[in-house]
Formats: sequence, structure tokens, C-alpha cells
Amino acid sequence: MKDAFGLPQSLLVLGGTSEIALATARRLIARRTRTVWLAGRPSPALEQAAESLRALGADARTVTFDALDPESHETVLGKVFAEGDIDLVLLAFGVLGDQAQDERDPVRAVQVAQTNYTGAVSAGLVAAGALQTQGHGSLVVLSSAAGERARRADFIYGSSKAGLDAFTQGLGDALHGTGAHVMVVRPGYTRAEGPLTTTPEAVATAIELGLRRRSEVVWVPGALRLVMAALRHTPRALFRRLPL
Amino acid sequence: MPGDTVSVIRPRTYEEAASAVRDCAARGAVARGGPGRAYGDAARNSGGTVLDMTGLDRVHVVDADEGIVLCGSGVLLHRLAELMLPLGWFVPVAPATGRATVGGAIGADVHGGNHPVSGSFSHHVLSLELLTADGEVRTVKPGTELFAATAGGMGLTGVILTATIRLLPVETAYLTVDTERAADLDDLMARLTDGDHRRYGCARIDLTARGADTGRAVLTRADHTPLDALRTGTRAWRHPLSCRPRRRPPALALLSGGLPGSLLGRTSAGLLGGLRYRTAPRARSGELRPLSADFPALAAPQGTRRTGCVRYRFAVGHGQEETLHRIVRRLAAYRCGSFHAVLQPLGDTDAGWLSFPLPGWTLALDIPAALPGLAGFLDGLDEEVAAAGGRVCLAEDSRLRPGLLTTMYPRAADFRTLRARLDPRGVFVSDLARRLDL
Ligand SMILES: Cc1cc2nc3c(=O)[nH]c(=O)nc-3n(C[C@H](O)[C@H](O)[C@H](O)COP(=O)(O)OP(=O)(O)OC[C@H]3O[C@@H](n4cnc5c(N)ncnc54)[C@H](O)[C@@H]3O)c2cc1C
Repeated sequence: MKDAFGLPQSLLVLGGTSEIALATARRLIARRTRTVWLAGRPSPALEQAAESLRALGADARTVTFDALDPESHETVLGKVFAEGDIDLVLLAFGVLGDQAQDERDPVRAVQVAQTNYTGAVSAGLVAAGALQTQGHGSLVVLSSAAGERARRADFIYGSSKAGLDAFTQGLGDALHGTGAHVMVVRPGYTRAEGPLTTTPEAVATAIELGLRRRSEVVWVPGALRLVMAALRHTPRALFRRLPL
Repeated sequence: MPGDTVSVIRPRTYEEAASAVRDCAARGAVARGGPGRAYGDAARNSGGTVLDMTGLDRVHVVDADEGIVLCGSGVLLHRLAELMLPLGWFVPVAPATGRATVGGAIGADVHGGNHPVSGSFSHHVLSLELLTADGEVRTVKPGTELFAATAGGMGLTGVILTATIRLLPVETAYLTVDTERAADLDDLMARLTDGDHRRYGCARIDLTARGADTGRAVLTRADHTPLDALRTGTRAWRHPLSCRPRRRPPALALLSGGLPGSLLGRTSAGLLGGLRYRTAPRARSGELRPLSADFPALAAPQGTRRTGCVRYRFAVGHGQEETLHRIVRRLAAYRCGSFHAVLQPLGDTDAGWLSFPLPGWTLALDIPAALPGLAGFLDGLDEEVAAAGGRVCLAEDSRLRPGLLTTMYPRAADFRTLRARLDPRGVFVSDLARRLDL
């Protein structure tokens, strides 16, 4: 059960090796979280991630989950929820892809879309249904600032995040009033340095604050909100020439 | 928590209550005294069923000579007081809100400003009828394990349907109230324990005061006014037991009670605390106040639960005054600007396994939830309280860490065992029970 500050006691991470998710898990374990499920494709990295959380005192377990296999989502997540209430589901899986290669190989491009968007549609709906039955809990979805406007440099990834973002917003409206809460998190780049980039730790901090406030949309860093609002309305001819 | 969904059922008969319990789905049921008044999550059940007991509000039997009533658990305490005052009886324990029900007062085993004299609410319960998970209605008497688990058991042993309560005899419907200022925490505690036999005592601490003034407070003590103390010829003398409707609160109380906590920040809330101290009389005694409906005179004046605030109530035992000092200093340094920091002395421990009071002191605070670092700050206070053998009040809690429960409540293990036996399917459950694994 979450407490008065929205801090969860149990956490399910979809995409258990995500750096942002693990930073968030570490932060929440330092607060209230005791049980963590890391869902992902079986790998040494996933086991290692669980081990690192156990070292912090959490009861961390792994569960096999494949975003590209939506048929299995109902069963896999159903099992996790059957073990006890989940206060927070963090949907953190996704691939960046390689824009140049993916443009040349449409099948690879589709994989990016399937992982980031289609996989999230099914996993998100299953998790949302479980939270609704439970009558409480948050679904936090890691979107991206890249989804706000497609850029030449990463429009395949960006468009998949745009779809995910729109889906999550709609899901939030669908769940409004059911006790379950949906929050979209839009981080800037975590892999670069610069004024509008961020770190997994900063995203984790923002998620904790968002949970306390029961926010619906969170930008990290916060200044991105204004910058992206401006970029969104920049005329195409000009946008194309911007060094983004 | 805001927005959690439940299906609320308001039974009007015992049969309806029984069938609601029987038919509740996998997420169980819990009783509550009314909508959204509790501070914590004890009367919430996300995704499950909540039984609103205010429909069972009949007073069945009144023994006006002995001061004993048998009533439904949904009767509001202030209604009971209004009904019984003309007969010369008052509720034995009055929490700082009159809007608690008899069932809620037993479920949370509430205490009032008269705890050293009167104990907690369950101390005055002669018998109760409990609807348990197997659908049976059991008569539960003090001295039994089931009674000890139910008094302060936060609704987790079953639904209280009726209770037989012994009331407090009073000669008039008035209180004689003394107000004084205490210069610091030591002065305050000395005054609260100076062998005074007045029934009610509590103090409002000004948390803006730091340094040598830390813990300065306005202290209020009161007693029921005896008949011969009323001035002849006055209205009170002519109608000593007439119960007057609630007075309009004074402007200051209105200000602090009517504004949501989220609107008042650290500074304004703090200013209010300081103002309250400065505007209080240095010493005023013998003020006559009617026992009005919401019991404001019995505890610090306050209204309802504030939105946007987190409630923190803890108790530490006698001999742990140093801990109390440290916590008050930490609160003052944190500049939490609590609207409400009320210190009360507590008397003997009560029978309930999860009952809150222990011989010593209780301090209650309302703190704006948005203050930075508040979650961690309160966790730190929990540690101090637990290390001092104290505890946090479950009825007003929404944030305690489960790991500290058994330290604070040594009988929690017995409680869990009894519950496992009485309710193996876990029909009765609440968000509090989920959070603290009760
Ligand atoms: C402004 C304010 C001031 C307060 N001051 C004090 C104080 O001075 N001292 C103090 O001790 N408390 C105080 N409280 C806490 C309050 O007294 C308790 O929460 C009390 O239990 C509220 O009664 P309720 O009828 O609203 O019960 P609820 O809050 O609805 O329920 C309290 C608990 O009792 C259980 N319960 C309720 N009805 C039944 C039933 N029929 N059968 C079984 N279980 C039941 C619930 O499941 C829950 O666990 C205060 C609360 C407020 C809002």
C-alpha cells in the first residue's frame, strides 16, 4: 500500500534492466519499497539488477517478460498481481534503435515500433486493468521528449514514443476516478550532456515528486516543457534547419 | 488516499450489514464511521467494500439512573452527548471531534483530554456486539481476548453493531475552563502534572518559538462545572443541563480551521501559531463554557481534518521527556509551521492490544504535506519515538513504515494470531492493514 506521500511499498518494473527504472527502484527502496519485481527477458543483466536491489534490502524477484510477445502479457502480469498488491508499475522498456540502419531495413524499424509502442499497448492495458481491480496504484510510463516532435535524426524512435505518449494520456483519462493513477514521464536525453539532458537519478527524483503530487505529466528537466512547447510550434521550414 | 475506489454500503439493519460482509468480494470489507473524516487509511479499503455505519444510529436502551446506554455503533458521539446531557450524563471520553461514531471510538479506542482520569473509550464499554467474518454476531465483554483485540483493533476483528456504554455523570452542561501560558516545555509539563485533579488538560504548543522559548504553549484545563458553582439567577442556573447548539467559532479558529493546508505555507501557518500564543490570556480562570456539540472546550479548539496536511500523532512514556524535548526542538528547527501542535498527558495503558495510549505524553501535529523532505523527516521522528519505547497512533496514521509496528505495539503479534484464527480468509481488511501487514 502506498503511504500519504504516494510512496509505494511494492514495485513492478517492466523492462527490468532500464537504467532509469533501476535508479527509481533504488530511490524508492531507500524510502518505503520492499518488494520489487523486475520483468524482462531472462539475462545475466536482469539477475544482476535484482541482486543489486537485494543488496539494498529489497525483496527483488525477476520474472520473464517479452514486450514483443503481447499474447503472454496477461498471463505473466496476472501471476505477479496474484502474489499481492502492486503499488507502482513502472513501464520502462524500449529500444532506441539505430536510425540510419533502421531506415534502410524496415523490418528492424518495425521492431522498434513494436517494442516501444505495440508492446506497451498490451502491457499497459493489462497492468491498468489489474490496478483498476485493485482500486489503487500508479502506472508510470517512460515516454520521451523525442515523442513531442519528430526529428530527422530519430523519427522512428520518436514516432514510437509519440504513439506511446498519446496512448498513455488516453489511458490516464480512462482510469480517472477508478483509484488507479497514470503518469507520463518525458525525460530529455539521458545519454548526452547539455542543458536539456538529464540523468537516471534526476528522472527518479522527478518520479518520486510526481507520485507525491499525483501528477499526470512530468518533464525532466522541468524546463523541457517550455522548450518543447516552443519547438512544437516552430514552422517546419525553420525546424528542419535547427541543429537538433 | 485521494481517488481510491470502494463500493460503499450503508446498512440500515444488522441483516444488511451481515449480508454485505457475506457478499463482499475478494478485496474484503471494513467498517467506517462516516465518509472521509479519518486522518489515516484505517477506514479505507481500496478496490473493496466499506460499510458506512452511520445508518445504524439508534439508541436502544437508556438507563437514566445508572447512566448506561445501549446503542447502535453508528451513533455520533455529539448526538449521544446532546441526548444524554439533559438527563445529567455526558460521554465518558470525548476526542477532539464530536463527529466520531461509537463504533469508530471503540475501533480506534479514542482518548480525550481526560485520559489520565478516565482512560480511553473502551474502558467505559460494558459489552459490544461484533459481527465476525463467519457471519456470526458475538457478544464481547471486557476481559476477553476478543475484546482486547477489538478495542483499538481498527475494525479488523469485525463490525461492531451495538455497544453498551457507561456514561459520565455531570451536574451541569458547563465546563469551568482555565487558560494559562507556559513559558517553555519544562514549564508546560510541570504545570500539566502538578497534581492537578481537573478532568481535562491539553496544551497548544507554539512551534515558531525557538531557543529558550522552545515549547512555549497555551495551556487549557477544564472541569465539569458543579451545580453550586453557577451564579444564581443566570440562564445557566435556571437551565443547568440544557444543551445549547454549537457556538460559532471565533475568527482565529475559523481561519485556521477553514483553510486547506495546501494554501497555507510554512510561514503563514507558523505565524498563526505565534499569534495564537500571543493573543492568549496570560492566565484566566473560572471561565464558564457550555458543553457544545463538537467538544471544542475539551481539547484544543479545532475543526475538521485539513486537506493537504499530514497528521502526526505519537506518544512517549514518562521518563522519556528528553525525547519529547528533542522532537519539539527538531520540529521547531524544521519550521514545519504546524497549525496545530497539541500536547496532552496520558494515563494508564488500556486493555486493547493495539490501543494507542501509554502513561506519558501525546503530541499531535498537522503539517502541510508539501513541505520538502517531510516524508524523511517524519521517518526520523518515528525512529526516535520507537527507540524511546513510544508509538505512533494508528487511527491517525497514513505513513508509518511496517517495520516499526511491532516495536511500537508489542502485542501486534498476538493481534495477528487472533485475526488469523478469527478471520482466516481475511474478510476484514483495510488500507492500513495492507500497509502495515496487520
Ligand atoms: C479533527 C479530529 C480530531 C481528532 N482528535 C482525536 C483525539 O483527540 N483523540 C483520539 O483518540 N482520536 C482523535 N481523532 C481520531 C478520531 O477520533 C478517530 O479516527 C475516530 O475513530 C473517528 O471515528 P469515526 O467514527 O469517524 O471512525 P472511522 O475513522 O471511520 O474509523 C476508525 C476506525 O474504527 C473502525 N470502525 C469504525 N466503525 C466501526 C464499527 N462499527 N465496527 C468496527 N470498526 C469500526 C474503522 O474501521 C477504523 O479502523 C481525531 C480525528 C479528527 C478528524
